[in-house]
Amino acid sequence: MSLQAITYLVVGATFALYIGIAIWSRAGSTSDFYVAGGGVHPVLNGMATGADWMSAASFISMAGLIAAMGYGGGLFLMGWTGGYVLLAMLLAPYLRKFGKFTVPQFVGDRYYSKGASSVAVICLIIASTTYIIGQMTGVGVAFSRFLGVSNTMGVIIGMGIVFVYAVFGGMKGITYTQVAQYCVLILAYTIPAVFISLQLTGNPLPQLGLGGEFLDTGQSLLGKVDQVATDLGFGKYSTMTRISTLNMFVYTVSLMIGTAGLPHVIIRFFTVPKVKDARSSAGWALVFIAILYTTAPGVAAMAKLNLHATVNKAVMTGGDLFAEENSIKYEDRPGWMKRWEVTGLLKFEDKNGDGRIQYYNDKNTPEGAVAAGWAGNELSVNRDIMVLANPEIARLPNWVIALVAAGGLAAALSTAAGLLLAISSAISHDLLKDMWMPDLSEKGELLAGRIAMASAIVVAGYLGLNPPDFAAGTVAIAFGLAASSIFPALMMGIFNKRMNKEGAICGMAAGIGITMLYVFAHKGIFFIPGTEFLGLFGGKANFFLGIEPNAFGAIGALVNFAVAYVVSKVTPAPPEHIQHLVENVRIPRGAKAVDGTHIH
Amino acid sequence: MEDAGKAYWYAVLRLVGIILAIWFFVSYGCGILWAQALNSIKLGGYPLGFWFAQQGSIYIFVALIFIYAHLMGKLDEKFDVHEE
Repeated sequence: MSLQAITYLVVGATFALYIGIAIWSRAGSTSDFYVAGGGVHPVLNGMATGADWMSAASFISMAGLIAAMGYGGGLFLMGWTGGYVLLAMLLAPYLRKFGKFTVPQFVGDRYYSKGASSVAVICLIIASTTYIIGQMTGVGVAFSRFLGVSNTMGVIIGMGIVFVYAVFGGMKGITYTQVAQYCVLILAYTIPAVFISLQLTGNPLPQLGLGGEFLDTGQSLLGKVDQVATDLGFGKYSTMTRISTLNMFVYTVSLMIGTAGLPHVIIRFFTVPKVKDARSSAGWALVFIAILYTTAPGVAAMAKLNLHATVNKAVMTGGDLFAEENSIKYEDRPGWMKRWEVTGLLKFEDKNGDGRIQYYNDKNTPEGAVAAGWAGNELSVNRDIMVLANPEIARLPNWVIALVAAGGLAAALSTAAGLLLAISSAISHDLLKDMWMPDLSEKGELLAGRIAMASAIVVAGYLGLNPPDFAAGTVAIAFGLAASSIFPALMMGIFNKRMNKEGAICGMAAGIGITMLYVFAHKGIFFIPGTEFLGLFGGKANFFLGIEPNAFGAIGALVNFAVAYVVSKVTPAPPEHIQHLVENVRIPRGAKAVDGTHIH
Repeated sequence: MEDAGKAYWYAVLRLVGIILAIWFFVSYGCGILWAQALNSIKLGGYPLGFWFAQQGSIYIFVALIFIYAHLMGKLDEKFDVHEE
């Protein structure tokens, strides 16, 4: 059977499974639509959270970025797992005890103010929409390769499918479909990694293979990658920092506290039966996430090595990287390169006219390249394709390639659906029903939610066509926005009894405001290309202490904490009953089950 | 808050503080601030700083959450604030 036929078959089968589960557990009332009735086991909830969490950014994009960033890529690995420790200890159990459906409801009640909850809704919508832009980038990559169309066409088709998917699901459908999706995507990620680790190191576990020996040469795998990357001008893989130690530090902080502030993850912890379960659920979620996250560094380094080996025979033989005959001829390129050329995400340009592919870093040209008459790097490989192309690069069997395609689609669709639900509930529930139109019927609320979803998809899809960064980079910005607004408000709501509405509102507004200012200066106002205004700040990128915009959420969060603290000191303390409420939230006893009747 | 509640809350804060200190030490400390220095130590084929940044921190995070959940369960019972 041809590769294309097998891919359709595997993707079709997995989708039939998800849709079957969704129909079987179809959402009935509004309370089902949002939180699935509140009776999900911690281990299952952990798997579903894992699927929800591991989006196109983790599955499709992250390893490709690590392959390019080397050691510095560790910021994604630590940042997107370390946040669960904060979530488990600082937020999840207390929010569960509070017994509300959504983050804005908590903010509104704790800060006894509809204003605070409106500000939270706006922050949440901005962060979630940015997140979906990143997802749409990933969806575009996956669909363009899967259907053999251009990247633009891939994004457009993906928008339609995500919408249908989210509208007919609801959280309950999504909880059980996401357990299935988790299984598909983790198999799709680990199986090729095991194959490749065996090929390159003889060790089946990529976690160990990465620290293993390269092909019985006596050289470690990382040493080999270091050597090839250094020789070709890309820098020493195992020590490359991301811009600076400070930037890497701040970037990691931003991703961690963003994790603990993103609504579609927090909302998961409203659905467990008990406070106790909220703590262990975070642990289970991280177990399932860690399986992918500890595999990713192996995938990254090995894919990088294999990519170089594909275009330069000397990588495997240990010969001269710059000898003419070692660069492969363009006409001899393998089938996977031709397939990715169709999408426009992989390009070849024969700069020195020798008909061969020279792939190196021409911004740091190695001496050998000059001597060999290389006239510039000739191969551009979009970082977001590395994971999907990985099994093809390693010449793995067709069924593995098909499985990876299915996993990539599952990852992108499941997270997009979870986020769309968070947006739709924020708008229909927290804004319309609770604030503007209290008489809204249940039907009207569902309809409003769906309209909100559709608009979010159109906006995100449009911006996803010209994304501000690679998928994982855009998602990192979304985390920064959540980190600078939601996380401090939630944390102070639990740990600082004296925090009042004035402090929380000013803190959130200042935190997200300054973060948006910094990000938009670099990436355009609301990411619209051509609207950057770096010129206002002297025209130099990363002008604040050399910190890149993707990492700025941590600074925004600091501003948030500081402003909130100062403002709360000079304004009246929160009323007595709110202080009692906070004391009550800190103690597990008396937690009630969350159900539809608690909405108001 | 009555005294028992206060004592419980201080115990909780103490536990959270200890776990956060370990959390900070392995990721920001070993994985970032001291990574280059630790790289001179090898763990198999891994330079140690690189290992903390790309593998070790993650394993320790998982362990920390379960340890926290377990110890919190004990605290809840000790101060008699656990769920029925």
